[in-house]
Amino acid sequence: MLRQEGDFRTQEFLLNMGPQHPSTHGVYRAILTMDGEYVVHLENVVGYLHRGMEKLAETRTYTQFIPYTDRLDYLAGILNNWGYCLTVEKALGLEVPEKGEYIRVILGELQRIASHLVMLASFALDLSAWTGWMYPFYDREKILDLFELYCGSRLTTTATRIGGQPTFLCRVQKAVGSIFRLSPGHHRFASNLVTGNEIFQGPKGVAVVDRDMALDYGFTGPNLRASGVNFDLRKAAPYGLYGRFEFDVPLGETGDNFDRYYLRILEMGTVLAHRQASL
Amino acid sequence: MIDRTEILEKSKERFGEKVYRPEGKDEIWFAPEIVLDFCQFLKSETEYNFLLDLTAVDYPDSFQMVYHLLSLENGSCLKLCSNLDKEAPKIASLYPIWKAADMMERETYDLMGIVFEDHPNLKRVLCPDDFEGHPLRKDYILQPVARR
Repeated sequence: MLRQEGDFRTQEFLLNMGPQHPSTHGVYRAILTMDGEYVVHLENVVGYLHRGMEKLAETRTYTQFIPYTDRLDYLAGILNNWGYCLTVEKALGLEVPEKGEYIRVILGELQRIASHLVMLASFALDLSAWTGWMYPFYDREKILDLFELYCGSRLTTTATRIGGQPTFLCRVQKAVGSIFRLSPGHHRFASNLVTGNEIFQGPKGVAVVDRDMALDYGFTGPNLRASGVNFDLRKAAPYGLYGRFEFDVPLGETGDNFDRYYLRILEMGTVLAHRQASL
Repeated sequence: MIDRTEILEKSKERFGEKVYRPEGKDEIWFAPEIVLDFCQFLKSETEYNFLLDLTAVDYPDSFQMVYHLLSLENGSCLKLCSNLDKEAPKIASLYPIWKAADMMERETYDLMGIVFEDHPNLKRVLCPDDFEGHPLRKDYILQPVARR
């Protein structure tokens, strides 16, 4: 669109926000139609992370596929493993021993904290707050060390098997206790640094996704709860041992960027309380 | 097994023989031509108003479309199935009802070759744009291809 403003002629142009970009946090491409500095239209291009796992799975056994599931959402490997094993166990009608279920809950919730910490850190980082990135990652390192103690790997854990768990939590148990003692303090410090800070009030009111839009677009998990829909799979259709635990589900109000961020902080708080209960 | 009798009765009232449930299975089968009306009915008149996923399965005689709807009130899933023609599989797009169907249908088109009629932007989403074939079909065999 060519426009004439005084002596200037302006035109919309296409800008490629390519698959390699520090802000996109992973391979994602957006083709932006720019009018000066304003983005007028955006086309999402995804698929750069498609590795053909479903096709590969056709020639693997069920157990051989567990390591592939780590890499689906590589920031939450244990939760992917758990979901996959649950599916196979349901299809086979297998029952997991109780101790195994407890281990899954503990590791799973720790993984949830680790994954949310990455979100908080990246949220701060996108606004150039390097310190706000450091503190969540410091806490995350502790959790990753724990995973390494348990299954040998920090991110690509393969920490469950179909029908149970590979090893016990003995050595890990004491270490988990120490996370709780340290974590709430750090967590409060980091969140005071970021949440109360004026600069971070910027994302308030931006990218509001209201309830109907969230349902229409198929949001799930924390994003859905940030838009005010009270749905948590752990409460609605409890799997594993979640039916035994009492926990609160934090809900957001407006569904803007800030809400999505803050919700994850609150969720981590409930998860910590939850962890105490299961130990 | 969740009690599906109420949903089945209401569906049969509206759609008659085009909706049925096979013995012993927790799925509801429907004729492909009523997909839009049926899903609109489920969204507005039952608790299943959330599209969880849609995909296709390659069977020897047909392509089977599988839709999963979720009830946000009680967390239960409803599985809907429909058989499509093996030679030219096509079905109406669910985009007018749920925008979430956009990406899901593009993926199913890309990997299985199901054509979704009236989809706003039916292009490949996961494979490269110049890819030939539909990888998840059973007759697509993985083999090394000489790079030109």
